[in-house]
Amino acid sequence: MADFLIRALLGGLGVAAIAGPLGSFVVWRRMAYFGDTLAHSALLGIALGILADIDLNLAVILCCVLLALLLVSLQRKRFIATDTLLGIMAHSTLSLGLVALSFLPEVRVDLMGYLFGDLLAVSQEDLYWIYGGGILVLGMLYKLWNPLLAITIDEELAQVEGVNVTQVRLALMLLVGIVIAVAMKIIGVLLITSLLIIPAAAARRLSSTPERMAAMASLTGMVSVCLGLAASYQWDTPAGPSVVVCAALLFLLSQLLVRRPSV
Amino acid sequence: MGALIELQRINLALGDHQEQRQLLSDISLRLEPGQITTLIGPNGCGKTTLVKLILGLVQPDSGKLIRQPGLRIGYMPQRLHIDPTLPLTVRRFLHLAGRYQEQHLIDALTQVRADYLMDNPMQQLSGGEMQRVLLARALLRQPDLLILDEPVQGVDVNGQVELYALIAELRDRFGCGVLMVSHDLHLVMAGSDNVICLNHHICCSGHPQQVSNDPAFIALFGRKGADTLAVYNHHHNHRHDDHGNVISDHPHEPDDHCCAGEH
Repeated sequence: MADFLIRALLGGLGVAAIAGPLGSFVVWRRMAYFGDTLAHSALLGIALGILADIDLNLAVILCCVLLALLLVSLQRKRFIATDTLLGIMAHSTLSLGLVALSFLPEVRVDLMGYLFGDLLAVSQEDLYWIYGGGILVLGMLYKLWNPLLAITIDEELAQVEGVNVTQVRLALMLLVGIVIAVAMKIIGVLLITSLLIIPAAAARRLSSTPERMAAMASLTGMVSVCLGLAASYQWDTPAGPSVVVCAALLFLLSQLLVRRPSV
Repeated sequence: MGALIELQRINLALGDHQEQRQLLSDISLRLEPGQITTLIGPNGCGKTTLVKLILGLVQPDSGKLIRQPGLRIGYMPQRLHIDPTLPLTVRRFLHLAGRYQEQHLIDALTQVRADYLMDNPMQQLSGGEMQRVLLARALLRQPDLLILDEPVQGVDVNGQVELYALIAELRDRFGCGVLMVSHDLHLVMAGSDNVICLNHHICCSGHPQQVSNDPAFIALFGRKGADTLAVYNHHHNHRHDDHGNVISDHPHEPDDHCCAGEH
């Protein structure tokens, strides 16, 4: 197998593995649109990263976390409905990113790569980011698992029982930010959310505990990556979208095969 | 023994300096061990805010809140919104309250007569079952003070009577203080040691009987409300219509003489 294929496979599997548990939280907490908004802002992070001449992965994580903080504080003001707010932020940050990139004619930016991902161009350095970030994310998830579940069920109850809700929520946003940064290369800003929510949704019917659902989501995502890459290799289809199509097919299959969610 | 929690001249306003709304003004109260205190008042009178304040979720603008050192609070929220995508059994839900052994979980559920629910999914519980499980989770912490926010919401009338009896029983068994919120006048007051009638300030407080004759109480709830209360205290076997007039028993409801003063 060609080197670039192995790197693509390793990169895709790594991202799918961390997207599983985190995607489960996105589904449980109904944060799909929130995640989408953060992902869209990643392009702005790239533009700002090039302008400030810092590492692009770092720039994306920073941009995502800052936007997440901004969103939460705006949401608390309640001057506009949350979905409207998210819609405004998602598309204005994406457009702002595109406009900002157009001001940098001396830099050649692979726009399509950022929007839809370029799985086959994964470099050695990208792999370090994916696996380094992945271990960090999984480690934090492991440590924060119960508090995260507790605030997902009821934030006030969790706080009364001694969970530092603000801290745990911040940590979750940071985790989403990291995953978006490392997944962007693989799947692109427009499709990242799909890798978070589709495998998790597919795993729901196969799971009786939160932990099992998280693991099944990772597994579903990894299978999607393998199938998507194979399809891409076979029929020369774009890799990122092929992975998403495979995940969607697995989701459909899970709905057809398992009739009732047996919890 | 001293008070579990004592509030001294608490004030709390909402909003920015331009448009301030006084939510709580000059609230002083004491919660004693072994006593059931019921907080009543019309919608938007500041009951929930006062509970949050006692729980430590919001801070007062002025005044003092004195907590007994080492006080353990068991909190039962009004209701939980657990997303159906989160696979969660009662067992797992109880485990999230902290590190408890299986036997503790069984004991807690048995105390609320819900031990048969252990392996049921949370999302399939009825209103009354859910309240019992929430109560069990609060009991797990071996609380000195139980705080129940509208504990009978979504529970049918028979279940309500049972739930109130259960709360009184738990108070007797554990000697803990109880603070309950109710937004209308229920049979709850008959079982209370102390009733606090709130409308941003404390209108009146004291024993149920005493409160029901208080002019401030009658002004707030009208003669009808006061009469409704009298029904509970005197155990009349008739009902009142919406104007407080006595109406005869409905022939088709054999055991109509129990409790429902208003529906």
